[in-house]
Amino acid sequence: MKKLNEVTSTVIPLPIEDVDTDQIIPARFLKATTKDGFGENLFRDWRYHPDGSPKQDFVLNNPIYRGEILVAGKNFGCGSSREHAAWAIQDYGIRVVISSFFADIFKGNALNNGILPITVPEVFLNRIFQEVEKDPNAELTVSLQDQTIKIINTDEVQSFEIDPYKKMCLLNGYDDIDYLLSLSPKIKAFEANHLQ
Amino acid sequence: MGKTLFDKIWDAHVVDQVEGGLDVLYIDKHLIHEVTSPQAFQGLRDRNIPVARPDRTVATADHNVPTKDQHLPIREELSRLQVKTLTDNCKEFGVTLYGLGHPYQGIVHVIGPELGITQPGMTIVCGDSHTSTHGAFGTIAFGIGTSQVEQVLATQCLLLSKPKRMRISVDGELQKGVLAKDIILHIISKLTAAGGTGYFIEYAGDAIRSLSMEGRMTVCNMSIEMGARGGMIAPDQTTFEYVKDREQAPKGQDWDNALGYWQTLYSDEDAVFDRELNFRANDIEPMVTYGTNPGMGMGIQGSIPKPAENGSDSFNKALNYMGLKAGDKLVGHPISHVFIGSCTNSRIEDLRLVASYVKGKQIAPTITAMVVPGSQQVRAQAVKEGLDKILTDAGFDFREAGCSACLGMNEDKIPAGKYCVSTSNRNYEGRQGPGARTILASPLMAAASAIEGKIVDVRELI
Repeated sequence: MKKLNEVTSTVIPLPIEDVDTDQIIPARFLKATTKDGFGENLFRDWRYHPDGSPKQDFVLNNPIYRGEILVAGKNFGCGSSREHAAWAIQDYGIRVVISSFFADIFKGNALNNGILPITVPEVFLNRIFQEVEKDPNAELTVSLQDQTIKIINTDEVQSFEIDPYKKMCLLNGYDDIDYLLSLSPKIKAFEANHLQ
Repeated sequence: MGKTLFDKIWDAHVVDQVEGGLDVLYIDKHLIHEVTSPQAFQGLRDRNIPVARPDRTVATADHNVPTKDQHLPIREELSRLQVKTLTDNCKEFGVTLYGLGHPYQGIVHVIGPELGITQPGMTIVCGDSHTSTHGAFGTIAFGIGTSQVEQVLATQCLLLSKPKRMRISVDGELQKGVLAKDIILHIISKLTAAGGTGYFIEYAGDAIRSLSMEGRMTVCNMSIEMGARGGMIAPDQTTFEYVKDREQAPKGQDWDNALGYWQTLYSDEDAVFDRELNFRANDIEPMVTYGTNPGMGMGIQGSIPKPAENGSDSFNKALNYMGLKAGDKLVGHPISHVFIGSCTNSRIEDLRLVASYVKGKQIAPTITAMVVPGSQQVRAQAVKEGLDKILTDAGFDFREAGCSACLGMNEDKIPAGKYCVSTSNRNYEGRQGPGARTILASPLMAAASAIEGKIVDVRELI
């Protein structure tokens, strides 16, 4: 897993609520047997017409907006457990997703792929949207170590929560399997007494 | 203080605790399918490690399989490769596979219960969010991502934070023509698509208790649609009778021992939930959705509400996609497609109900309708009972088992712009095919709408 500590970047604003994983990556693109190449179909049906031409009004087709930070409306990533959604976001080059609320499974999938999902209060989320609308070149600095987001233009700072174990994993690029494999003797001992 | 059903099962599966709050949870059964497993098996190969407990792992092909001519090679190359990859992986790692052509093949959440793999008190996971279905048996069952599939394959464990507990009670008697599907669509419409996030739900109350196992599975199946990790129902006589004598259910003395344990699986009277909600069964109408998430639902006689001040852009975007507007009623709205199937409503009880309604009737000439059984066993049972003949005589296309038009991953898709009354679980944009407009409803509502060629209130027809 790729390490993550500090990201300073412009923002891709997506002020839509309940963005489900079928929008992030539609099912017809889930036929691959590897983790690569999903970025080209990220938000496929919002991004392209059926004939493959870009939809000009979608944010990813607007050259003004780019960067490693996606900022989205509440309940981002609801729906299917497909990790392909996280792979698509990562493959597109996004390292941080900010929303006022994340769906559970997506949040876990993001963390397992070196993407930092940050939950912020609705008020701060709207401040980011306002600032980016005013100045598309506005940058944020996200510090995982300090657990803070700063809007650089205005010096507004917002702190965020993250599970300490998951923070350690992201900072060091560790994944859960290494940790679970190290517990093998404990798991064996549990199994010996487990009836079901 | 007493314990909730959820806590009893969770606590019995904690192997270890990580500093900071995560639990290492032991997984009793791991169900896998072709779409979310190939990268996990590759991970094992890269680390040169085996599947820890192949005896606790079961695979089937369901998401990406054709529902016609399953005996022929899959036409679409990528789909064929994905299904072949599952077959190869199961062979290499020693995992039991009920693949295409096997009499047990079917939707993973249909075959688990019907084979007796799903049993009360277990922890069950699968790389599919509708794993919550198995909660109907009093199990902790939830969907996971592919990294977690790899973790379970490698260690039979997951690292998780313990969710909060919510109890949703539904009491009283359901109106005629109102089914389990309407109960859960009603609950989701009240809680919204995010209202259950962070919680594990226990469904209780006499309206839940009076449901068959099929009905309970329908309720638990859609727990994820309000964001909840899962939903569960305490096991009772209905549960035990369903499980008994199924192929992988305990037998003889093992059955007696298991039953003794299962009978302790209920929330203690003084157990405390983080959140409690109550609904009256009699308030629930046949439900339909009007938007692009399952929380955007209403009783069939309702009108589409106006957007709240916050979030009106998202609400309007949804209505725009659906070609509907605030104030509209859906009764009488013309449709062109009906889909009966999916892990929500494709079990034998669903097929019997649909067949009994459409027997001797004809679908409207403007309608394309299909019934996709949840498993080969459901299909075989339907054929044995003559349901296939009733359905095809009425004009339905009766298919082979798979996820089909629920997620539009195979060729079963609803065309752009068309309205489909669907017994599945998600009405997202493009879910049933790019541009498709999905209206979620019960099997009875779907059957009646197919016959009438428009959305109807089934209470007026039975």
